[in-house]
Amino acid sequence: MTDTSAPIVTADGTPLKKKLDQAMFRSRRNAFLLVAPLLAFIIASFIIPIVVLLTQGVYDSSFRKQMPTVATFVADWDGQGEPSEEMMQAALTDIVVGLTIDRSIPTKAAVRINREVSGATSMIKKLIRATGKWKIEYEGKEQRLSDVFRNMEDEDDSGVTLLDESERRAIGVTLAKAVIAQEAPVKAKMIKADKKWADIKYWQAMKVASKAASPAYLAAALDYNYSHDGEFQQRDEDRRIHVKLFWRTLEISLIVTLACLFLGYPIAYLLSTLSVRSSNLLLILVLLPFWTSLLVRTTAWIAMLQAQGVMNDLFVVFGLAADDDRFSLIYNKTGTLIAMTHILLPFMILPLYSVMKTIPPSYVRAAKSMGATNWTAFWRVYFPQSVAGIGAGALLVFILAIGYYITPALVGGQDGQMISNMIDFHMRKSLNWNLAAALGMVLLVFVLFLFWIYDRVVGIDNMKLG
Amino acid sequence: MLTATNTDEGFVVFDRVQKSYDGNALVVKDLNLDIAKGEFLTMLGPSGSGKTTCLMMLAGFETATHGDIRLGGQPINNIPPHKRGIGMVFQNYALFPHMTVGENLAFPLEVRKMGKSERDEKVKRALDMVQMGEFAGRRPAQLSGGQQQRIALSRALVFEPQLVLMDEPLGALDKQLRERMQYEIKHLHERLGVTVVYVTHDQSEALTMSDRVAVFEDGRIQQLSSPDDLYERPENSFVAQFIGENNKLSGMVTGIKSGVAEVTLDNGSKVSALAVNCEQGSRSTLSIRPERVTLGGPKNKNTTEAEVLELIYLGDHIRCRMNVHGNEEFVVKVANSAGHTHLKAGEKTKVSWLAEDCRALDA
Repeated sequence: MTDTSAPIVTADGTPLKKKLDQAMFRSRRNAFLLVAPLLAFIIASFIIPIVVLLTQGVYDSSFRKQMPTVATFVADWDGQGEPSEEMMQAALTDIVVGLTIDRSIPTKAAVRINREVSGATSMIKKLIRATGKWKIEYEGKEQRLSDVFRNMEDEDDSGVTLLDESERRAIGVTLAKAVIAQEAPVKAKMIKADKKWADIKYWQAMKVASKAASPAYLAAALDYNYSHDGEFQQRDEDRRIHVKLFWRTLEISLIVTLACLFLGYPIAYLLSTLSVRSSNLLLILVLLPFWTSLLVRTTAWIAMLQAQGVMNDLFVVFGLAADDDRFSLIYNKTGTLIAMTHILLPFMILPLYSVMKTIPPSYVRAAKSMGATNWTAFWRVYFPQSVAGIGAGALLVFILAIGYYITPALVGGQDGQMISNMIDFHMRKSLNWNLAAALGMVLLVFVLFLFWIYDRVVGIDNMKLG
Repeated sequence: MLTATNTDEGFVVFDRVQKSYDGNALVVKDLNLDIAKGEFLTMLGPSGSGKTTCLMMLAGFETATHGDIRLGGQPINNIPPHKRGIGMVFQNYALFPHMTVGENLAFPLEVRKMGKSERDEKVKRALDMVQMGEFAGRRPAQLSGGQQQRIALSRALVFEPQLVLMDEPLGALDKQLRERMQYEIKHLHERLGVTVVYVTHDQSEALTMSDRVAVFEDGRIQQLSSPDDLYERPENSFVAQFIGENNKLSGMVTGIKSGVAEVTLDNGSKVSALAVNCEQGSRSTLSIRPERVTLGGPKNKNTTEAEVLELIYLGDHIRCRMNVHGNEEFVVKVANSAGHTHLKAGEKTKVSWLAEDCRALDA
């Protein structure tokens, strides 16, 4: 044995490890340079946007910007008792300043409060309407507040507003002081505009909304309410929609994965045993769906499955269904399951095929020569060796299925919708990006959890994709 | 076509077996073969000669297009492979990678519903038989090629089949290991007395191990005989050329007298040869083994002028390539013994051989 305590040195006396590092540096640098463009692309176009979007699920500072005075005020407020005159004045200040800067700001703030408790939008809109009628001394003459706000938007000939944002903000602050000085006490007037201003729950909602980093959206994504005093409460039975949707997504993905496995396994087996020529032809047929657009395939299923469609006509012809009582195969969960199974089938077949191709036929032959029946030879010898392919295919199909949304949107109807459709709804329709991000985060965590389980049970090293 | 003749009972019988894969060409053409119980028979031939197809038909993985295959007197054409009770060793060993060595060996016993204690005992005995007793807990991937080969062998034998088929089982091993395994398989066969049908394209393997060798070519058995007959008494030019080193001379048979043929070679010279497989008036290929040619021996009818073209030193002998009767690939082996003739390239010398060492075969 050599003495291991002394470092091994090369002929010129430098330590071997150092020399090796020097020698390896070039190849490491080359490897890095090879992946650098893709890495930069992925970071810029994938990782950063995802991180930015997902942070919106737990971080929302918009209310603080829209109603800063209220935000500071409610932060120290204990959330109990009657709303005070100061609170009312703070809200009025923020609304006047907001309207001066941009007339949409208080409405946006209202939308945010409305997410916590409904009715907030009308509460703020009514106040805006009421205060608009108030007269105020501005630029030397008495005019309605609403006219003052409108004049803020005056533009020059090239379409640029005459006053920039900081000028407008300064005017807004002065204006708010003048309004409060003239109209105080404002509490009664605001309650007169809308009696909801006297209701403490709207103020509590503002307290929740004023926190920039809060689990409110995550709680909403899991059908919980996050209250002003930091407690989570499960929503009423009839308002719990997300968890149900998550379960349905899980159920649909599992059924689709199993269906793909049962349909794909025999095909992959056949592919792996046929001669190269016929298996190539079959493989093209398997890949054919990839050549047509997803939309075309999905609409083709609509033509096939609808009440007056091909399948139902055939059922009627063969007497499996009555003409006036046809099967509902589409615009429900069945439609989603059928279309998704069809679309995701190649993702199961390809990994299975690539694994099965590497299993030599001599294994099954050996098993048979030793006395195993066809079934025993398959189950004891062939199947265990195809597990790597099953794992890879199932994981691939499941993860693709769990995030599917175009197909359920087109053929899913009401009960064939998945969580992605909900995310899509919040991204494009309700514009509640924060909730969309929170839902996305829950989905991501769930998928990562499944991945972890898979790694523990099957082992990610055993996965063979081809 | 040479029909196999065998004095023993026909344990394995191929009776006019033909096989075609595509309906256009026959891969196996009219095969007749009797294999005796306890015999070690090797099917030897170049790739595509039909030997593996024959083995697969016997194992049941291919069906004969025509003809009968009988095992112990029973026709087995319609018996599925798992009911034939034939042990088989595959070229790539086909050890199940997801099972340990012990589980691999227990598999054939398990499917026979054998009890655990009996199973364990048999597995242990089978592993000891190939000196692999300590490896029962290992996975096949943790074994070397030779060790895997031994396990495959003992797995084919563990359920005590009467017939074991081996499909080029040593093809993946290096030369030294291959030779050692040849002896081990031979000794196992002698000890257990099982019938072995062995397929290989390696002639030295066939000659070392077999009781009888069937030389396959073009879907037919060209010759079926013991290894020494095969080498010393080839019955046609294919066998002569395929087995061992061979010198070819071709010419016309002008006369046959008491088993000795007079042949006029293409360069006009006359030689006499043992008439084995030729007719008067037809062309014939003469076959002479390099070690049967002598340099400067006593003059006889077949003594002729030869020009030394190339000398290769091989330790125990010197391989000498010469031009004899116009054939520039004529090889003579000169034993490296005390006082042997020293030759130089370009030198002219006399070579001769006995008429009975020169076999006149088909053209």
